[in-house]
Amino acid sequence: MNQALAKKTTVRDDVATESRERPAIRIKGLSKRFGSFTAVDNVTIDIARGEFFMIVGPSGCGKTTLLRILAGLEAPTDGSIDVSVEAGSQRPVNSMVFQGDSIFPWMTVWDNAAYGLKMRRAPQAQIKEVVGHYLDRTGLLKFADAYPHQLSGGMKQRVSIARAFANDPEILLMDEPFSALDAQNKLLLQEELLRIWEENKKTVLFITHDVDEAVKLGDRIMVMTAQPGRVKTVVPVSLPRPRDVLELQQNPEFGKLVHQIWSSLRDEVQRARELDEAKGVRK
Amino acid sequence: MSAHIEAETVRPVRSWKLSENTRDRLISIASPILLLLVWEIAARTGLIDTRFFPAPSSIFETLVTLSSTGELWQHTAASLQRLFIGFLVGGIPALILGIIMGLSRPVRAVFDPLISATYPIPKSSILPLALLIFGLGEGSKIFMVAIGVFFPVAINATAGVREINKIYLDVGRNFKASRWDTFRTIALPGALPVIMTGIKLGVGMGLVLIAIAEMMGAKSGLGYMIWAAWETFSVEQMYVGLFVIAIIGFVLTLVLNEIEKRLVPWKR
Repeated sequence: MNQALAKKTTVRDDVATESRERPAIRIKGLSKRFGSFTAVDNVTIDIARGEFFMIVGPSGCGKTTLLRILAGLEAPTDGSIDVSVEAGSQRPVNSMVFQGDSIFPWMTVWDNAAYGLKMRRAPQAQIKEVVGHYLDRTGLLKFADAYPHQLSGGMKQRVSIARAFANDPEILLMDEPFSALDAQNKLLLQEELLRIWEENKKTVLFITHDVDEAVKLGDRIMVMTAQPGRVKTVVPVSLPRPRDVLELQQNPEFGKLVHQIWSSLRDEVQRARELDEAKGVRK
Repeated sequence: MSAHIEAETVRPVRSWKLSENTRDRLISIASPILLLLVWEIAARTGLIDTRFFPAPSSIFETLVTLSSTGELWQHTAASLQRLFIGFLVGGIPALILGIIMGLSRPVRAVFDPLISATYPIPKSSILPLALLIFGLGEGSKIFMVAIGVFFPVAINATAGVREINKIYLDVGRNFKASRWDTFRTIALPGALPVIMTGIKLGVGMGLVLIAIAEMMGAKSGLGYMIWAAWETFSVEQMYVGLFVIAIIGFVLTLVLNEIEKRLVPWKR
């Protein structure tokens, strides 16, 4: 157990070499076209086991499509995705935290968080333990019997995060999970997410349009071009972990990275806007 | 000190005023009583023709007589039983078909035109056909109720499922819900508020149809009782029948509202 833990730590120390040997996700030449419209164009990237991988890009760049393909909700037109699964693993390949309200209004907080485990017929004892753990970690144990309409937006998104973590997937997919929250709630949830993630360092793919958020959370940040969505650049984030989201903002390295990502992104946002405006004119 | 004085002076003033809710409730109790009173006086003074509008007191007398002989209960029980069985026979297939139509485009493509084409037919006009197929017995009565319940439940179940936000179906797929699990944990509960509306409409329609069906060739039921009263020109008995049907409709609405509250605790 100790050895395994130690090994895991060394792996984390050298994400790059590990990723070359045994990536958790290998995306090769992935494209998605809807008719004549190309949403995702020839995306190739390896994501290491335990990596917190961020994707930023202008709106409409196909980042959500990319994630939906990974989640199995959309089929790619071209290319392939390999997710390496530990031998003999019974765990599901991925679980998604959706953008916006995605927790079932007709289920209590507890039943929502237990959904994935129930769907794969996990034993009652395991459901009780795991769901209890993640509701505790997200501060929702008191609200286990509440229905979503009784919760604030931030709390609902916590339920969604607890639901994904409790399902114990190989990789976690997060589609702008905090985009609808106010700045204060966002900060709290980012902190919470990092704290929970530090427990078992799952591989995370996280989409955001918030550059600060990308630098605060990520190990690497992939910038995508405006449509069609291609990989523009991938920027490693060398900020030490565990990170304190608030302290981080005073770190000069943080400012430099935010600036670097922004300058790479600015052209794309500009181009996306021009494309939108052209579309508007045509209409 | 001053606060104390203020409290003393304010309180009696307040007790004079009724809250708006209490006032409305009092009015809504008073208005039907007032109507009955006016009716009673008008009947007794000969202002209205008692051959068509007998005094409420004489209707009540007939109600007491009919219930003491057990006749009224026998007819009420017969109607309720047909209503209940017809509700199940029509409602359960409607629920299943409606939800599946909501989930599956091909199934919807098959049944949608059939339902759209048959729905506008006045259900009461099917009665002769029902009598032809099922005879004069229970079958034709149950069939009529079932038909009345079927359409609103099926149509609302389809609409209810289609109104479910697509994101919930995506969640189901992402969390590897099987077909049956999707039906059980997403489609059914998600559509339930709209389905409940359909059930209420269906029960109302069932009540209308059972009264009509029992007027033709039945030997029991409230519809039969009303029809028999027309044949013997016993107007009071007719009113008793109408009154009991109204009460059944009212009680069923209360019961269904209560069921809805229990089944859909997540909708305020």
